[in-house]
Amino acid sequence: MQLDDLYRQVIMDHYQHPRNQGDLEGDAVTVDLRNPSCGDEIKLQLQVENGMVRDVRFRGAGCSISMASASMMTEAIKGLSVADALHLAQTFRAMMRGEAVDADELGDLEALSGVSKFPARIKCATLAWQALQRAVGPAEHADDAD
Amino acid sequence: MNVVEIRKDFPILQQTVNGHPLVYLDSAATSQKPRQVIEVLCRYYETDNANVHRGVHTLGTRATEAYELAREKVARFINAPSPLQVVFTRGTTESLNMVAYGWARRKLGPGDEIVTTPAEHHSNLIPWQQAARATGATLKYVPLQPDGTISLEDVRAAVTPRTKLMAIAHVSNVLGTIHPVREIAEIVHQAGGILVVDGAQSVPHLPVDVQALDCDFLAFSGHKMCGPTGIGVLYGKKRLLDEMEPTYFGGEMIDVVELYESTWKETPWKFEGGTPIIAGAIGLGAAVDYLSQIGMQEIRNHDLRITAYALERLREVEDLAIYGPAEAERRGGLVTFNLGQIHPHDVSTVLDAQGVAIRAGHHCAQPLMRILNVPATARASFYLYNTEEDIDALVRALRSAKEFFGHAVG
Repeated sequence: MQLDDLYRQVIMDHYQHPRNQGDLEGDAVTVDLRNPSCGDEIKLQLQVENGMVRDVRFRGAGCSISMASASMMTEAIKGLSVADALHLAQTFRAMMRGEAVDADELGDLEALSGVSKFPARIKCATLAWQALQRAVGPAEHADDAD
Repeated sequence: MNVVEIRKDFPILQQTVNGHPLVYLDSAATSQKPRQVIEVLCRYYETDNANVHRGVHTLGTRATEAYELAREKVARFINAPSPLQVVFTRGTTESLNMVAYGWARRKLGPGDEIVTTPAEHHSNLIPWQQAARATGATLKYVPLQPDGTISLEDVRAAVTPRTKLMAIAHVSNVLGTIHPVREIAEIVHQAGGILVVDGAQSVPHLPVDVQALDCDFLAFSGHKMCGPTGIGVLYGKKRLLDEMEPTYFGGEMIDVVELYESTWKETPWKFEGGTPIIAGAIGLGAAVDYLSQIGMQEIRNHDLRITAYALERLREVEDLAIYGPAEAERRGGLVTFNLGQIHPHDVSTVLDAQGVAIRAGHHCAQPLMRILNVPATARASFYLYNTEEDIDALVRALRSAKEFFGHAVG
């Protein structure tokens, strides 16, 4: 087991300097989600206009993996269409299941692929993505198990 | 007590994890099992397996005798006046729920009070929340002192003639605090109430004598005391067990069944509906034999030595916050802590990479986490097979976690 597989530099960077942290003003879809088994929690806010993710913010408390994943997600989805953002969420969760996925679509998020080798930590990485799916996705995907 | 010899009894400890010798510091979640217990389980399935309390064939008799002998062993272990006061359950959670359903919900009404503490494990909290909601009773909390203890003055203030029931852990699963159960029982009895004790973290680690404690109910789990998972115990005073309703109805627990009404067996069998946890009970009996042979006072002394050493060594680690009483004498065998701002999950992952297994999370005690003002904590817990070297490995691994995250988190 290699710790560096899990804690890549880009992950530590996002943990140390989270992007898009805070609250959105005005109209926003807000989702509060917690992982009851460990206590990690996230508040995700999205501003959606004409089917596009205009802006996004999060606040949360949790481990490096959950907070870095949230920060990286906000960077990745800002400016995407809702459909593309949801597709990215599915691709990300497939990567967590250890499936072969499109590296181009994932970009920097690929740094989190090592999490799939630490089964106890997958729920940490997917918390923010679950919040995204719950915020703008069809109801049936929001609670998919990982 | 010879720990080197004891460790040989635990096959699981003889392995490496992630390239390092396993250092198991999570016995408060579940203990490891000695060969003596594993062999009894195998032997039961290989030679005696049959259903109990029915049929007249030889295997059925053997299984029934072994099952009831386990009850006698457990009764002796906690000094219950009679084996008939020992009910086999699935574990502490089920035992406490049985009291909440079969006793509290029948006896409580509006204006009555249930008293507990905010440090309880969810299993000793939610059953009372639910019982209070169902009956209109009021749930009251004895406040926690900054060092994780409770004061008897506060117990006296909280317990009134309206208090029908108080519930408290003998040893806190997060703070490690050993609560003065006997003194609390006296206060509750003077007010006319009963005391329910969660013994999940005490029965495996301390000599527990239910008559000396004078508790009315005691719940504990087999798997935290060298026994198998899926078996637990509810001890109760005879009068209370007799007036308590069964939780499950069906086979095994009945006396006479008519089309429109039925009657139950005597205690404890009226609480053991369906085919009971036969192998589990027999395995618990073997665990009780194993622990008794070593001696519970010996085990307590060992826990105390390891806990005192752990407290001493952990205090040397910079930025490490320890929760609960400062003195090892006031604690069970566990230490809960946080390492600077590093999340316990991250601490636990780095420790695991070095073969050190600890618990990270809210430990089924969310209200307590709020009082401590932390989202989660890390917990190292000890048992008869742990050594000072295990603590040294823990401290080494914590230092490397600090190094690993030190540059990342301030």
